[in-house]
Amino acid sequence: MRTTFQTSYLQDVRLFPDVRRAIRYAALVALAAALPLVLDDFLLGEATNVLIWAVAGMGLMVLTGHAGQASLGHAAFLAVGCYANAILMERVDLPFVASFLAAGAITGLAGVLIAIPALRLHGIYLAIATLALSMLTEDIIVLAEPWTGGVTGLVAPDITIAGAQVDRYGSPDLFYWLCLVVALIVTLGYRNVLRTPLGRAFVAIRDSEISAQAMGVNVAVTKACAFGLSCMVTGWAGALMGHFIYTFNHEVFTVIISIQLLVMIVIGGLGSIQGAYWGALVLVGIPQVINIARDGAQAALGSSIVIPGIETGLFMAILILFILFEPRGIHGRLEKWKVYVELFPFCRRDMFRRQKSYLKTERMR
Amino acid sequence: MSLLDVDGVTVHFGGVTALERVSFTVEPGEIFAIVGPNGAGKSTLFNLISRFHEPEEGDVRFAGESLLRRAPSGIAGLGIARTFQNIELFEHSSVLQNLLVGRHTRRRASILAQILFTPAVRREEIAHRVAVERMIDFLDLQPHRDRIIAGLPYGIRKVVEVARALAIGPRMLLLDEPASGLSAEESRDMQFRIKDIRARMGVTVLMVEHDMGLVSAVSDRVLALADGRVLAIGTPSEVQSHPKVIEAYLGTEAAAP
Repeated sequence: MRTTFQTSYLQDVRLFPDVRRAIRYAALVALAAALPLVLDDFLLGEATNVLIWAVAGMGLMVLTGHAGQASLGHAAFLAVGCYANAILMERVDLPFVASFLAAGAITGLAGVLIAIPALRLHGIYLAIATLALSMLTEDIIVLAEPWTGGVTGLVAPDITIAGAQVDRYGSPDLFYWLCLVVALIVTLGYRNVLRTPLGRAFVAIRDSEISAQAMGVNVAVTKACAFGLSCMVTGWAGALMGHFIYTFNHEVFTVIISIQLLVMIVIGGLGSIQGAYWGALVLVGIPQVINIARDGAQAALGSSIVIPGIETGLFMAILILFILFEPRGIHGRLEKWKVYVELFPFCRRDMFRRQKSYLKTERMR
Repeated sequence: MSLLDVDGVTVHFGGVTALERVSFTVEPGEIFAIVGPNGAGKSTLFNLISRFHEPEEGDVRFAGESLLRRAPSGIAGLGIARTFQNIELFEHSSVLQNLLVGRHTRRRASILAQILFTPAVRREEIAHRVAVERMIDFLDLQPHRDRIIAGLPYGIRKVVEVARALAIGPRMLLLDEPASGLSAEESRDMQFRIKDIRARMGVTVLMVEHDMGLVSAVSDRVLALADGRVLAIGTPSEVQSHPKVIEAYLGTEAAAP
């Protein structure tokens, strides 16, 4: 097992605890940046999709995984970001970078506004309220027809950055790199939040509101911050998603998307940035795996097999398996394997078992 | 001037009287203990100072300023830190992260600066770390620094909670049953630590405790509560021999069959 010898407090504050890890992540980023050179257009589109879902996942992760506020309504914020970006580009004629940033700000503001009534709600009640929000948004999109195009929807305007045409179909590699840059910036910002008082306040209100208050954490302000940041990032993901799917209407951002997003981060591993990426990989990967399996079955049996709803079914089955056997998701499982390998053969079976605590002062809520 | 001035506070929960016109003062540098049977109103009194409960009448002043105008999250900023009877730590964080939350009121950087992690934020983080590290040294928590709370034994958690409260840099520390659930040895350690906190950090200590051994060993003055009323205030031996206190704990002869 490797132990980092600490010689200064700066080591704990840095992005990476040691050089090895920094090199590993740099290699990963280099690999991700080189993907357009290797993959064909279809697979590159899927890789882009993973990045967009990962950004959306990070948006929800900060709220649910770190601040502990469940939301079943994040499709609503994806929609706000998507429509805000498209409308700003089309009607106000803003360049993409400006409209993209503004879409994030608008969605973040919407999140803070939603947070104000939602502050009084806990757990399941908050989930239900946000679920209602998600359902309402579908109707609002239809009703706000002059802006959103109603049932017909909108077509994503063309993106031009520094003279270059960034198009999902025309130049998939440029669009992929755009998504990669957004994902990296969001990841970096997320990581920064986690190592500052704000991130610690998020975790504090998740684990014990009462003692967070006694430590001077203003619970209402912190929750509003969590909603604001979460929705801002989700709005950005929504804006990218709009460009990715090209045409969108009210049927794109349904409650199912909200649920998928939440399930995705649970499978990935709540409370970790990596979890958002793992979850996105599983979400986007499942249909591909099914396709490959279907082709294989067709070749073997000579007839095609079509099972309606298999993708969602498989996704939810994976969720159930994770909740039963690995509540900490893919990221948690990988961490455990890592410790197992590092300590081999000294890893004990109960190593990761947590002591249960039954006494909790929640009655003062 | 007294550091803490509890002035005639009354709290009812429905028909139950939790506190009835309770008044006392805590002087700077004092170790002040509150004792009393279960349901006497000790924890209510603490939660009143933490602003989790609202008094129906009376006032609570800290260094001359009324606490009733403050929100619960504004209390720590005044220099009042507390621990909880049932331990309220952030279960899934390390000891270090828990203590760093104690520095929350000392943060200066804006949210934007934190997201960008500017050099000023970096310096601030190091300063927080130095302050927290001092508490770790003071309470001998070095071996547990990076361990997750959920895996720590009860006795250590109690000490971590005291360390987190001290990380605020308080003028007054409220300890809610610091020795409950501790072994005899751990309880004796806690006794020395409470004295150390006053001697080395100049922190005034207000504590609720059932263990009379600990109370008489550390406290300057003791307040005995029963059924929400003050029975006696004085030195530990005065209070222990006070007829009303004996009556509250043991009953009267007339009441005995």
